[in-house]
Amino acid sequence: MGVAAIKEYEFQSADRLENFHGNQLLYIGWDQHLMFCAPFCLPMPPNMRFGDIIEKVLPGVFGYHPDFAQIDWSKVEWLKSSQPWQADFNKTLAELGLKHKDVLRFRTPGLTGIKGSAS
Amino acid sequence: MDMKVSKKKLGLKEKYQHMTRGLGWETTYQSMDDVFPFVKYEGIKIHDWDKWEDPFRLTMDAYWKYQAEKERKLYAIIDAYAQNNGHLSVTDARYINAVKLFLNGISPLEYMAHRGFAMTGRQFPGVGPRVACLMQSLDEIRHAQTQIHSISNYNKYYNGFHEYRHMLERVWYLSVPRSFFDDAVTAGPFEFMVAIGFSFEYVLTNLLFVPFVSGAAYNGDMGTMTFGFSAQSDEARHMTLGLEVIKFILEQDPDNLPIVQQWIDKWTWRGYRVLTLVGMMMDYMLPKRIMSWKEAWEVYFEENGGALFKDLARYGIRPPKWLDQIEQDKDHISHQAWATFYNYAAACNFHTWIPTDDEMDWLSQKYPNSFDKYYRPRLEHWREEAKKGNRFYNKTLPMLCQTCQIPMIFTEPGDPTQICYREVDYKDNKYHFCSDGCKEIFEHEPEKYIQSWLPVHQIYQGNCFNEGVDPTAEGFDPLAAVLDYYHLNFGRDNLDFEGSEDQKNFDEWRGMATKNV
Repeated sequence: MGVAAIKEYEFQSADRLENFHGNQLLYIGWDQHLMFCAPFCLPMPPNMRFGDIIEKVLPGVFGYHPDFAQIDWSKVEWLKSSQPWQADFNKTLAELGLKHKDVLRFRTPGLTGIKGSAS
Repeated sequence: MDMKVSKKKLGLKEKYQHMTRGLGWETTYQSMDDVFPFVKYEGIKIHDWDKWEDPFRLTMDAYWKYQAEKERKLYAIIDAYAQNNGHLSVTDARYINAVKLFLNGISPLEYMAHRGFAMTGRQFPGVGPRVACLMQSLDEIRHAQTQIHSISNYNKYYNGFHEYRHMLERVWYLSVPRSFFDDAVTAGPFEFMVAIGFSFEYVLTNLLFVPFVSGAAYNGDMGTMTFGFSAQSDEARHMTLGLEVIKFILEQDPDNLPIVQQWIDKWTWRGYRVLTLVGMMMDYMLPKRIMSWKEAWEVYFEENGGALFKDLARYGIRPPKWLDQIEQDKDHISHQAWATFYNYAAACNFHTWIPTDDEMDWLSQKYPNSFDKYYRPRLEHWREEAKKGNRFYNKTLPMLCQTCQIPMIFTEPGDPTQICYREVDYKDNKYHFCSDGCKEIFEHEPEKYIQSWLPVHQIYQGNCFNEGVDPTAEGFDPLAAVLDYYHLNFGRDNLDFEGSEDQKNFDEWRGMATKNV
């Protein structure tokens, strides 16, 4: 449904891809680790290798958590838009079909946050 | 020669007639539709504006007299408070951060309410509601001014008060209250009245004012308490106006019901999301607590609001949507919000801290179903790390909800261990939401919310640096550049309360006031 308005009411998205200087936005959340109060928003070039995000970006993002160092990335379960998703560390975001403002979640079986509190 | 007058004074009823209803007329040089261009497009049908009942029958001359008297009393107390260094009698300096939150987050909304009621009053062809809106518009600017005056006293001594106007349009968390009101004032006059006049002033206002005003009283802040009471005395009129508006609209035409119901659903949810800040203040920021957020919600919404919606059932109105979720959330949102400000304390204009052991015990007792299980371990872990010199400062920007603009901190209804994710594809873009409520509000008017100025995305677009700053320069520090743009002084306005200048100064000054040093 449209907006009730006195004349034509149409706008461009304030967050369309071309506003991000060649980057696209990728959201990443770590399930059951709510010490990080919300998922993160990262501006990334589409030709970035997915593995580089895991290896070079995420330690700065999630590294404060004592569980982070214990993650076995081969066992991590990924979700895209809350549906199961297959990660491939050697492919780029574009090759993996990740689009602007896509949201990924990852689950780390066995790691349940501070004292098992999902924190 | 003196004129003969038959009667010196008009009776109250006549005076009211002349000075309100008698001020309006049917225009003839211009059509009424041209003079009141916004009154039809929202789909609300009004057949007879004279059916409006003004519950107060107040005329402007009497209004000025009442308000002037309130101002005199208020300023006498504010002056005395300032002259006696009243700020040193508050419970402890942590309390002052609640006042910062109020000045930065709430006072600008009073000003926006002033503008909103002025614009709305202008658009109503009926004189009764027009005069009522005029008075409320003046009330609201009075509230904004008295809050700024009384809080400016704190600005002389403490950090974080100095640029509330500038920060409102920039600082990440202030986009939450700001976008709430911008959403309301950019709607039509009827939606504004239902949004602010009814849903906010009538349904939710007690949850805003009572905690702040009682919080001030409990914590020795006479200045804030006094403006609170002064403002509260206007609220009775505002609440009556809000209720009258709903009844008037619904009585005018049966087609108005679904439109009004949708607005009530939307604005109760929008208002509830903004009140997360109040919940956090009640549970974490008041050194002397009044009641928990959960208790306040139960008294002021579930009991009082429940009775109100029972009363409105005869018009066909049902209680707002998503109340079942709110019911489950009341054990959680204040903790989730405080954790958020603790995360992003480096980018904030007030201080955060870990509650003391006593305070954690109070939280356990007030939140037996949630605090020890989900939130205490997190806080204790942070406390341990801070002791080791490793205080947690989250430096990566969060994902925000497109509608309420709050970081995506809220959990699934029924599962406090899982962040709630919702999304919508609209015209080649994806949009994300914290809840079913925010998602549905977007879906109703997507064209409005795709324009949202989301602080995180704006930073990444490069729109939150001062002019001349080059983000591609060697060694560019984005956080420092954003804080400059906010006019936030690093190390004074932000970071942990422990070790802050506020804490140090308060202790020193109170020491001088109470001891021989």
